[in-house]
Amino acid sequence: MALWGMVIDLDRCTGCQACVMACKAENNVPAVGVDQAKRGRIISWMQVLTESDEQNPENKMRFVPRPCLQCDDPPCTKVCPVYATYRNPEGIVGQIYGRCIGCRFCMAACPYNAKYFNWYTYQKEKPGQNPDVSLRPKGVVEKCTFCHHRLQKARAQALAENRQFDPREYVPACAESCPAQAIVFGDLSDPGSEVARLAQSPRAFKLLEELGTKPKVIYLTEGEGGG
Amino acid sequence: MVETGDVHEEILFRPIEQTGRGFYWTVAVLSVFILWGVVAYVTQYYWGLGVTGLNEPVSWGFYVTNFVFFIGISHAGTLISAILRLSKAEWRRPITRMAEVITVMVIFIGAGQILIDLGQPDRMLNVLRWGRYQSPLLWDATSISAYMSASLTYLYLPMIPDIAILRDRPGGKRKLLYSVLALGWTGTEQQHRVLNRAIAVMGVLVIPIAVSVHSVVSFVFSMTLQPMWHSTIFGPYFVVGAIFSGIAGLIVAMIVFRKAYGLEYYLKPIHFRYLGQLLLIMSLFWFYFTFSEYLTGYYGAEPEEMKVFWSKFDGTFAVFFWGMVLCNLVIPLACLARLAQHTVVKVLAASISVIVGMWLERFIIVVPSLSSPRLPFPPTTYWPTWVECGETAGSFALFALFYVLFTKFFPIISIWEIREGREVGIKEVEERVLSYLPGEVEGQS
Repeated sequence: MALWGMVIDLDRCTGCQACVMACKAENNVPAVGVDQAKRGRIISWMQVLTESDEQNPENKMRFVPRPCLQCDDPPCTKVCPVYATYRNPEGIVGQIYGRCIGCRFCMAACPYNAKYFNWYTYQKEKPGQNPDVSLRPKGVVEKCTFCHHRLQKARAQALAENRQFDPREYVPACAESCPAQAIVFGDLSDPGSEVARLAQSPRAFKLLEELGTKPKVIYLTEGEGGG
Repeated sequence: MVETGDVHEEILFRPIEQTGRGFYWTVAVLSVFILWGVVAYVTQYYWGLGVTGLNEPVSWGFYVTNFVFFIGISHAGTLISAILRLSKAEWRRPITRMAEVITVMVIFIGAGQILIDLGQPDRMLNVLRWGRYQSPLLWDATSISAYMSASLTYLYLPMIPDIAILRDRPGGKRKLLYSVLALGWTGTEQQHRVLNRAIAVMGVLVIPIAVSVHSVVSFVFSMTLQPMWHSTIFGPYFVVGAIFSGIAGLIVAMIVFRKAYGLEYYLKPIHFRYLGQLLLIMSLFWFYFTFSEYLTGYYGAEPEEMKVFWSKFDGTFAVFFWGMVLCNLVIPLACLARLAQHTVVKVLAASISVIVGMWLERFIIVVPSLSSPRLPFPPTTYWPTWVECGETAGSFALFALFYVLFTKFFPIISIWEIREGREVGIKEVEERVLSYLPGEVEGQS
C-alpha cells in the first residue's frame, strides 16, 4: 500500500504563495474577508510561514510552506471524540465534515496549527467552485487532505480505462502549481520514487521532529549557498 | 405518620410555605442575566461561533474556562459532604444538604458549557454513535455522567425523611409531589437502618467518582503535547483546585441563605470557622501544587514552555496571573489566619476572592498555552465579546436560580439530621469519646 508524502525544498521556495492560491481554488477554501482575517480567522490549508534567520535577521527571511504534515502518529486524531478525523491506511489524515461536532479539540492538540475552523457559514454553492470537494458548513473543522479527491479521481480514471493506477498520476494542487518546483509529491513507501529518494537527503529534516508525530512532509534545508 | 417538625424547625419551613417580595426580585434580576445568556446563545447558534472572540490559534476561551471552573465548584458539595459524613463530623449536619445541592446544580451547568462550546451542537449525539474512547473528551462524558447520577442519588436519599415531613404537615402544599417523592417513608427503625446504610454506601462511592471527574477534566489538557499542558501533575492539581474553589462556593452559598432565610440559629460562626480553616489548608495545598508545577517548568527551561511561562509571569497574561496569586493565596491567608473575631465577614471575603482567583486560574491554564503556537505564526490575541460574557453571566444566574427554586420546594437544611443530632448524636459522641480513652468504659462490656 502506498504511503503518500511530500518533500519541500526550502532552497527553491521563493515565497511566491502560488501553492497557497492553488490550494484555495482547488479545495473551495473560503476567503474570509478583511475583518475576519484581522481577527485571526484566515483559513489557509497551505500556509507560507516566514522566519527570520537567527544569525543575521536583517538580510534573510526563510519561507516555510506548511500544509497539513499528515503525521503518521497524529496528535489530532487521538483526541477526536467522534472519529471525525482519522488517519487512513495510505497515511492521509482525513476529516469527515458531516460528522465533526466542532469541539475544536483537534485544533488545540495539533502542534502545527494545521486545522482550521468555520467560524461562520463562509460560502454557499456558486459557479466556479470545484465540484469534487464538498463545501464545509459553519461549526466544523477543516484541513488539508493532500487533495485526496485527486487520488480518488486518478484511481477511477485508471479503472475506467482498465489499466493499472500509476502513482505519478496523483499530484496535489500545491505541488502542481509550484513554479520553482520546490514541492515534490509521491509514494514514500516506494524506494524508487523521487520523493523517497529526496527524503533520504542529508538536507532533509522534519518540523518539530522531537515531538514524535512522524510527519510525512519532509523539508530540505537551504543548502551551502544559503545563510 | 411522621411527627411534623417541632417549634425549632419552623423557620426551615418558612421559605417553602411563604413567598416574599425578595424572592420575586431575586428571580427577576436573575432572569435578566439568563435572558442575556439566551440571546447570546441564540445569536451564536444562528450565526456560528464567529460571534465570539475565539480565533486561530486560541480556539478555546471562556467556555472551556467556565467548563473547568463549574465542574470544579461542583466538587465541593458531594465530596465534602461525603467526607464529613464518613468521618462522623457532627458539625456537618446543617451543611451537607446545601453542599449536595451545589454539586447537582453546578454539574449540569458545567456540562452545558461544553455543549455551548460546540460548533455543531445538534450533532452532539455523535459522541454516543461514533464515540472514540481514546479521546479524553469521552472520558469526561463518562465520568461526569457517573458523577451526575451518583450525586443526584446522594442528594435525594437524605432528603426522603424530610420530604415525608413535608407530606405530613397539616395544610402543606404540593401533597402529591411530596408523597410520590417520599417513597412511602414512615420513619420505622427498619427504614432508618436501610437509609443510613444506603447513604453510607453512596458516600463511599462518590469519593472516587469525584476524584476521577476532575482528573479527567485535567487530562483534556495534559494528554496533548502543548507547552505547559503536558504535565503529569495536572490530575491532582485540578482536583485540589476543584475542592478549593468548591469550598469557597459552598461558604458563599451558606452565607447568602443564612442572611436571606435567617438561618443564624443553624449556621453558627463555628461552622464558618471550621470551613474557613479548611479553605486555608486548601489554599496552601493549591499554592504548593502551583509552585511545583511552575518551578518544574522553569528549571527544565524548554524554549516552548518558557514562552508560555513568561507570557504569564511578565507578559500578556501577567495581570491575570498575579491577580490569581493575590486572590488564591494572599487574600485568603490574610483573611483566614485569625478567625476569632468577625469570622463570617472574613470567611466571606476570602471565599469570594478564591472564587475569582480560581476562575482566573482556569483561564490562565486554557488560554496562554494556545496563544503561543510552536511555529512562527503572526501573533493574535483573544478577547471575549458580549456573547461569551452573556453566556458566562447567564450560567452563573441560572445556577443561582436553580438553587433558589430548590429552596422553595425542599428544606435547605436537613431537618431530620438536625433532629437526629439532638436525639442520638450527643449520646453517640460521648460514647465514642469514651471508647477512645484507656480503661474500661462504664455501661459497656
